Amino acid sequence: MLHESLDPNILTDDAEVAHTRDGFGRGLVAAGEDNPQVVALCADLTESTRTHLFAEQFPERFVQVGVAEQNMASVASGMAAMGKVPFIASYAMFSPGRSWEQVRTTIGYNEANVKIIGAHAGVSVGPDGATHQAIEDIALMRVVPGMTVLAPVDIHEAERMVRWAATYEGPVYIRIGREKTPVATKRESTFEPGKALPAYTVDEATVTLLSTGTVLGSVLRAAVSLNEQGVATNVYHFASVKPLDTAALDTIAAASQLIVTIEEHQVAGGFGSAVAEYVAANEPTKVVRLGVQDQYGQSGTPAELLAHYGIDADTIIGTVTTHHA
Amino acid sequence: MLLMRYLSEDDVRSLQKQANAIRQSIIEMLVAAGSGHTAGPLDMADIFALLYFHVMRHDPQNPDWDERDRLVLSAGHICPVLYATMAHAGYFPVEELLTLRQFGSRLQGHPHRTALPGIETSSGPLGSGLSQAVGMALAARMDNPYTAQSIYCVTGDGELQEGQIWEAAMLAGKEKLHNLVTIVDRNGIQIDGYTKDVMPLESLRDKWESFGWHVQEVDGHNVRQVNDAIGKAHSIYAQPSVIIAHTIAAKGVDVFERDFRWHGNPPGKGPEDRVPRDKQAAVALEKLRTLGGSIEAADR
Repeated sequence: MLHESLDPNILTDDAEVAHTRDGFGRGLVAAGEDNPQVVALCADLTESTRTHLFAEQFPERFVQVGVAEQNMASVASGMAAMGKVPFIASYAMFSPGRSWEQVRTTIGYNEANVKIIGAHAGVSVGPDGATHQAIEDIALMRVVPGMTVLAPVDIHEAERMVRWAATYEGPVYIRIGREKTPVATKRESTFEPGKALPAYTVDEATVTLLSTGTVLGSVLRAAVSLNEQGVATNVYHFASVKPLDTAALDTIAAASQLIVTIEEHQVAGGFGSAVAEYVAANEPTKVVRLGVQDQYGQSGTPAELLAHYGIDADTIIGTVTTHHA
Repeated sequence: MLLMRYLSEDDVRSLQKQANAIRQSIIEMLVAAGSGHTAGPLDMADIFALLYFHVMRHDPQNPDWDERDRLVLSAGHICPVLYATMAHAGYFPVEELLTLRQFGSRLQGHPHRTALPGIETSSGPLGSGLSQAVGMALAARMDNPYTAQSIYCVTGDGELQEGQIWEAAMLAGKEKLHNLVTIVDRNGIQIDGYTKDVMPLESLRDKWESFGWHVQEVDGHNVRQVNDAIGKAHSIYAQPSVIIAHTIAAKGVDVFERDFRWHGNPPGKGPEDRVPRDKQAAVALEKLRTLGGSIEAADR
């Protein structure tokens, strides 16, 4: 059954849709109201990333750095060294994509209290094409020691994460998307970092689907269909890729014959890799990773692209059918 | 507005003496480490002595003092001069300098902020220190538009080939960061050769001016000139300042000077045409203890 914190409409085509980036924008304004040390920097994508909401409310605490993502990362590090809580926002392909070394050395290695917002992550960016579709950002951030890596399921979770990140001391990466995606959670829920959500559970499940980010709706629909076909299937949502909820993975791996991970990211180095690395060493269980399979994205509608790269309910169902004895 | 204290003749001599002691420590620590950079640290000793023993507001006993001025070493590879100066200023025992680059040392091969109190940032990958200094200056000004808290950034000249430097310079110019002073070690060398051959930088003055900076050029070994320039930089309204310090690579050890091959090698592993390797450390220390940059030499 569906977890009580989730909106039942998420299982249907009637689910409300909304932008995760609006959740970021709202959360940032709220964080700014809570703490006068919160500042925001943006690299010429203020409205697109929704940083403009903060800039309009707190113009004296907003820095427009122009099209210069590497500079933005290190400027934020310097501001953090003076006690500020900087949020830096751009498209994930450029920040932390282009600015990876600056993030690694001037934010990560410095233990700087900087929050990195990577917008337009995933192939669902759509028509802009491969150059703008960050499908490597989880991998890039996961290898930075001390970095927290988060991928919200919807607008409300994005808002909660941003507000939490503003109160947490240390670097945080939050990836958000471009398109409106189904609203799964209720706005009043709380965010628990490092905790996976048992989104859909049935008795004696032998298959468990694990996802991160906004793909949860497709994953849940796949699980409902599999359960109807007699394949007892659970679903967990991992809002936090790092730290990873290893306690949940222990339980999942012990109970499952098959784990399938789903993410809008390269399968190499992403969320599925993190799961496979842990499970292989601790509770060996078959793990099949769905996501982009060592390819670049391309132009198209989000639905076309998610179907093409196998990040949809049909591919999940087919994968479970193939791999589950 | 911060006014730079006048340097008396005694002050100048005292700073030269400190710079000489710092240079000797640089040689000793590089020899102990068996690797590291020689030319830049030696040629920046006068400026570091001036900054830590005269210019900056800081407290070696309380390195986290909120109101302190910040020194961001963007050219992380010249950290031997930073470590040696900090040790002589009382941040940590001078003997610890001999742990440079060794396993478990607080004196990492390139500076690490969380390893050693008083280090403002981890640096080494070139070009990012200036951005961090810009961030510090922005933050200080957000807290107090008339802040007297100064942010100093030291860069190399080869480092100015990094694109990020100019991203940072553009932002500092746009934001009119009066509390930011950048000092460029214009020694004319980098690992692969002379900057004019590897990637010409001139006209440096025009480059900085066109980015909205107030530019001064000084003899980087004349502490009075540098001190006056820093004072002038603080008197400039609504502009960041850069001081292009013309230095002699490896200043203080004449047989090492002006040779790009001393950029990245320690005594004992440098070019052999003027001093054999097994004599390089001893010759350098002897030069420093007698003529090459010593107080006696400065008095002539």
